[in-house]
Amino acid sequence: QDVSLSTKKNCIIYLAGQALPEKVKIVEVGPRDGLQNEKTIVPTETKIHLIDMLSASGLPVIEATSFVSPKWVPQMADQVEVMKGIGRIPGVSYPVLTPNLKGFQAAVKAGASEVAIFGAASELFSKKNINCSVDESLQRFNDVMKAAKEAGVPVRGYVSCVVGCPYEGKVAPEKVAYVAKRLYSMGCYEISLGDTIGVGTPGSMIEMLEAVSKEVPISALAVHCHDTYGQALANILVALQMGIGVVDSSVAGLGGCPYAQGASGNVATEDVVYMLHGLGIQTGVDLSKLMDAGAFICRTLNRKSNSKVAQAVCKL
Amino acid sequence: MGNVPTTVKHCLSYEQLIQDYPWLRRWLLLEEKTITGHAYPKFVKIVEVGPRDGLQNEKEIVPTGVKIQLIDMLSGAGLPVIEATSFVSSKWVPQMADHSDVLRGIQRAPHVQYPVLTPNLQGFQDAVAAGATEVAVFGSASETFSKKNINCSIDESMLRFEEVINTARERQIPVRGYVSCALGCPHEGHIEPSKVAEVAKRLYEMGCYEISLGDTIGVGTPGSMFKMLQSVMKEVPTSALAVHCHDTYGQALPNILTALQMGVCVVDSAVAGLGGCPYAQGSSGNVSTEDVLYMLHGMDIETGVNIAKVIEAGDFICNALRRETNSKVARAKGRTL
Repeated sequence: QDVSLSTKKNCIIYLAGQALPEKVKIVEVGPRDGLQNEKTIVPTETKIHLIDMLSASGLPVIEATSFVSPKWVPQMADQVEVMKGIGRIPGVSYPVLTPNLKGFQAAVKAGASEVAIFGAASELFSKKNINCSVDESLQRFNDVMKAAKEAGVPVRGYVSCVVGCPYEGKVAPEKVAYVAKRLYSMGCYEISLGDTIGVGTPGSMIEMLEAVSKEVPISALAVHCHDTYGQALANILVALQMGIGVVDSSVAGLGGCPYAQGASGNVATEDVVYMLHGLGIQTGVDLSKLMDAGAFICRTLNRKSNSKVAQAVCKL
Repeated sequence: MGNVPTTVKHCLSYEQLIQDYPWLRRWLLLEEKTITGHAYPKFVKIVEVGPRDGLQNEKEIVPTGVKIQLIDMLSGAGLPVIEATSFVSSKWVPQMADHSDVLRGIQRAPHVQYPVLTPNLQGFQDAVAAGATEVAVFGSASETFSKKNINCSIDESMLRFEEVINTARERQIPVRGYVSCALGCPHEGHIEPSKVAEVAKRLYEMGCYEISLGDTIGVGTPGSMFKMLQSVMKEVPTSALAVHCHDTYGQALPNILTALQMGVCVVDSAVAGLGGCPYAQGSSGNVSTEDVLYMLHGMDIETGVNIAKVIEAGDFICNALRRETNSKVARAKGRTL
């Protein structure tokens, strides 16, 4: 694992002439984004145990649940019990999704100390998903932002369809920049740019990140890559080379792609950590404990892990 | 120094200069900064190893007719190089027992190369008799791997290859050299980049026109890929290098990307990600050609390959093998709404 590539006094890691961040913050979205896209309804205790195992692996941020109506997302119906049941580790953040003010209030009541809101970079996706335009959706979040500010609760913003939309096809980088900028100026401390259908490649990623970084500081950006076309790690690598230091991923690659039946969705945290550690980048994560968490949830869901690292190591 | 190329391009006829001084194109390409400070190659040559490396690592013995049809479909997809078979003893590799029939049976597309593996002089002679016009030899950067795999040390294997290469030279048959365990060995673990460079250099100086550096167990990451290539590039010109990445730990595409950033422009891959990893039962091996193409085309890098036709070839061989594809692109395309 010795990777002293070319080091300078301040120990920045260089790869092929380009500086990489020394540290990367992993935002673990398995318990929410991952499980939300799994068919099997997972018992509350299992969710809690999963989150506790993930906490023990050193992950700094674990998206715990979603305060959406259980009518829409039955998997997240036990949101309050999960929030109350997990063992919170000091220094670890447990953000929850809050699609509206009601959800926000329920989240805070259940003990949430960080929330997240969602915008889309594609008009058609926004209409089909939440039945309103992008601008209207951002408007709806105004009251969440106001309440969050009053309560001193940080808000993370997600932008979906940043390099492609299942309905519109190609998405203009300027549109992504516009939505990211809106969320940032509304008060989101970090904007996670999501390749919702995994169609991005280093080419489209760079184009998009260039446009967005003109409007939002790189230090406030994260990438949320899907591995539907196997491009996630390559996309993450170029994002790192552009200075991005926050990466979303999902243990065991939980969560399929709702737009390509049977195809994979989220990139596996184990695979991301393997790459980052191989580059000498610190994450604070213990890969073997992470893999334990992945093995646990896969056993419960009775499915194979989507993580190649997990598949390889188990068989040796 | 950074301003000179721009000046040169504006003041003089760029096209004329490129014509008169071919080296200038490469130098200018290096100076052209893209957004991340990298100049990617404009064209990447894909070496399709599915029919040989892929099938060799599949449990099911594939009928000769199926192998031939697979290769013909791949030829139709525009792949410039397709590794057709291996002239090893059928005792060791039963999957390749029909090597002569395969080589004789395929329809050779013009401008497509069909290299075959030839581990020794006997294999080489059989290959030539069957019509081979390009061959490949396999070296290792790990002594232990060499001994366990081909029952001799690296030095001894080089002597065998020298015989093959010299004979090939007499017949004007190009030879490609492979270096396995370039980023790690299942027995030795870490492999020193300098060792990889040493073996690559030997093969190159013996006469191999291209050296394919293989991450045999897929443990490499962009960090170790970078270090290894840095070392090798001191001994072998970048234009003679190829990367052969395994996707066992999901690292193949970022590793390939790193290699491209360093100027490598030849990539080995296998249709449908054929070929598991013999050292990690049930894990994947070769990176999928479809996934590599998706990335390259998404970066506006040309390959001359029609990805849809590769997916078709992949579907065909996966049906024949009664298994699912390892290619995420193929899987996604097959299931999109």
